[in-house]
Amino acid sequence: MNKKKSILESNVLYTIVAIIAGFLVGAIFLLIAGISPAVAYGKLFDSIFSKPKYLVWTLVYASPLIFTGLSVAFSFRTGVFNIGAEGQFVIGSLVACVLGIVLKLPPVLHALVCLVAAAAAGCIWSLIVGVLKVKRGIHEVLSFIMFNWIAFYLSNYVVNLPGIHRESSEATLDIAENARLLLPEGIRKALDCNAAHWGILFAVIAAVVIWVIIEKTTLGYKLKAVGFNRNCAQYGGINADGSVLTALGISGLLSGLGGAVQVLGMAGRLSQFAGQEGFGFEGITVALIGGSNPIGCIFSGIFYGAMKYGGSKLSIVKAPSEVVDIIMGCVVLLIAISHVFKVFVLNAAKKKEAK
Amino acid sequence: MGRTSHMDESKVVIQMKDIVKKFGDFTANDHINLTVHKGEVHAILGENGAGKSTMMNVLCGLYKPTSGQIFINEKEVHFNSPKDAIDIGIGMVHQHFMLIQPFTVTENIILGMEPTKGLSVDKATARKKVLELSERYGMKVDPDAKIEDISVGMQQRVEILKVLYRGAETLILDEPTASLTPQEIEGLMEIIDNLTADGKSIILITHKLKEITASSDNCTIIRQGKYIRTVKVSDVNENDLAAMMVGRDVNFKVDKKDMEPGEVVLEVDDLHAKDYRGVEILKGFHLNVRRGEIVGLAGVDGNGQTELVEVLTGLRKAESGKVTVLGKDVFNKSPKETFANGISSIPADRQKHGLILEFSNEDNLILQHFEEEPFSNHGILNRKAIKKHAEKLIEKFDVRPRGCAEAPAGTLSGGNQQKVIIAREVTNDKELLIAVNPTRGLDVGAIEFVHKYLVEQRNKNRAVLLVSFELDEIMSLSDRIEVIFDGQITGSVPGKDADEKELGFMMAGGKTNE
Repeated sequence: MNKKKSILESNVLYTIVAIIAGFLVGAIFLLIAGISPAVAYGKLFDSIFSKPKYLVWTLVYASPLIFTGLSVAFSFRTGVFNIGAEGQFVIGSLVACVLGIVLKLPPVLHALVCLVAAAAAGCIWSLIVGVLKVKRGIHEVLSFIMFNWIAFYLSNYVVNLPGIHRESSEATLDIAENARLLLPEGIRKALDCNAAHWGILFAVIAAVVIWVIIEKTTLGYKLKAVGFNRNCAQYGGINADGSVLTALGISGLLSGLGGAVQVLGMAGRLSQFAGQEGFGFEGITVALIGGSNPIGCIFSGIFYGAMKYGGSKLSIVKAPSEVVDIIMGCVVLLIAISHVFKVFVLNAAKKKEAK
Repeated sequence: MGRTSHMDESKVVIQMKDIVKKFGDFTANDHINLTVHKGEVHAILGENGAGKSTMMNVLCGLYKPTSGQIFINEKEVHFNSPKDAIDIGIGMVHQHFMLIQPFTVTENIILGMEPTKGLSVDKATARKKVLELSERYGMKVDPDAKIEDISVGMQQRVEILKVLYRGAETLILDEPTASLTPQEIEGLMEIIDNLTADGKSIILITHKLKEITASSDNCTIIRQGKYIRTVKVSDVNENDLAAMMVGRDVNFKVDKKDMEPGEVVLEVDDLHAKDYRGVEILKGFHLNVRRGEIVGLAGVDGNGQTELVEVLTGLRKAESGKVTVLGKDVFNKSPKETFANGISSIPADRQKHGLILEFSNEDNLILQHFEEEPFSNHGILNRKAIKKHAEKLIEKFDVRPRGCAEAPAGTLSGGNQQKVIIAREVTNDKELLIAVNPTRGLDVGAIEFVHKYLVEQRNKNRAVLLVSFELDEIMSLSDRIEVIFDGQITGSVPGKDADEKELGFMMAGGKTNE
């Protein structure tokens, strides 16, 4: 009985229910569009699971999402809302890309420099917003949204600079091999995935580090204290403004790293954007599905990565890939209201018990 | 007490019979009974967590009882929602007001039941209705003022008007005096009298025995979820009530050994500070507190006490002046520095400053010490040490329920939350302990406990500054009483021969011989 109760109380169950419900809602839209859900979903699962290399691709797609998911989850846990993960991601990828093209360094070191610089850039990008919040009282959500667009246009400007831009294309020159995060060629061949890179490993390490910070350290204690109750934290001698800045800095750093992993790993160059790419916003989804738990973000990031990768192949069966967005939207919505849902289920269980 | 009862014993308006309410395995209400007559003021007395709120939530339709019956006007009813209870004439005034700050008084009162004219709200009629109600029961409110601009007392009157506007015949007042000044409490008592004179019934939930004897006809006592008994208030005294509530005799008198105050610990000199609006509120304030004494700062709320404590604990920057602890300058220092220099405090608002409700009790207990050994080492928290520390304090300070170290502080009752804060601050063992309204909203058992620890600090030769709006508390604990009025000390009397009238006179701004 107790075991059953703990299952009913755990969030994982509701997340899974929400995901299933999301698929059902997606099926309705597919039916409306005159496409058989069985065919579309069949293709979706096929494109994720039918070959080992597809699973590798899933992880490639997941890596940047885990980073932005962690970035947003960390901000949620520390009482700020990093809706600027998008901008930090762009800045991170821009810095990594430019340094990857411009610098001439030996292997490993080159990649390391790019990663560190991108992390620092994402951190600073977020800190500017933090300083505006702390010193001038400007709400971070406002400035973050504006900073997303600044990053967007800045990136497009830099991409078109001479020395960076590749003639008669929409993209930059290729990043130096030494700066790339690709797995050794032999392994990539064996996996049958040309873009397989170290990103997923970095993402998992980052998730564990963030989990340790939040749960096990005095830094996490401080940041959470300020996030939950700023007044009490201040009363207890914690520097609240400093904590807000630290939280935003770390959050920005994670998104910046995500951008670097994407460009140094999978992409190898940066293209001119037509619209915001959405890795940062997808990070919000990842964080929400992962329950703002860093370890949860690994799984939700992989889930989202799989959906993105599988969704990209839906056009083969003439299903719009947007159906994936509908499913993800429903999942987030259902998770948001799962609390209400949970109360119903627990009440029903209790009533049954009483009988 | 000179009050006339308006109770009509022939008419029973509310009857709760054998109410049982279980939450899982926990029985919050165990066969509770209650009978309320027309025009009666019926007090419900019980310790924190005794089940008073559960009982009232059953009565106002928020909870469904597990078993038992409710009769309204001698007809059995089954509430499915609070709306059913409101429709039948039961209105609840919550301890924490549920008002929309930027809305006006009228808007708040009519919210959800707006008189309409066509499609729009008929503001003129609404305003008239509000004025009518407020005049009828002698409740002064400004119908056009915004909630954020009016006093706590007036906000409470708005809450009462809100339920009257919805046609309440029985009003449940949950801890109505918890946040009121003595003057406002007097006003509330008058309102209760006016309401009962008009045939309304009042259920009064309170810890304050004095208010029960002053205002109620009958009193129902519950303890640990069980119905103890209902007594006629005129037949009992405060000691009887307290004993019935706690289940043992309660010592109201605080035992203090005689002590000679030692060296000056806190010295405040010519302190000037502004309040949140930027208006000067401390106007050349002087105070000193010595070792081995409890100094009580008496005064009506809003005369600068809050700001004084904020300045002393580093939460507010003062304009000018001098503040020292054992000769060390702590003027305009950060909270961390004032703490390091020997000031610990029990804050007035335990949920705003005292605790992080989402944090576990063990984490709350290390608020000022989480960066110190043994609780952390090189930035890594030592969960074992934190837990051990918490378990020790929970045991020593009798925080209930036992074994709550890992539970969020928000799950504790108010009294136990306060115990957690006191456990933390007292074990800080600082030279000066500032306690601000330390027993606000607590029952007599918990009050006794808090007072014991304040006296213990004094007996350990520490300095204690007690800031309280409860004159009784100040008089029973203080070795010396300083009266604050309009940002200055207006009088000082030894605690032993303090006279309530004289203090009241000084608190209202009258100066006595210096």
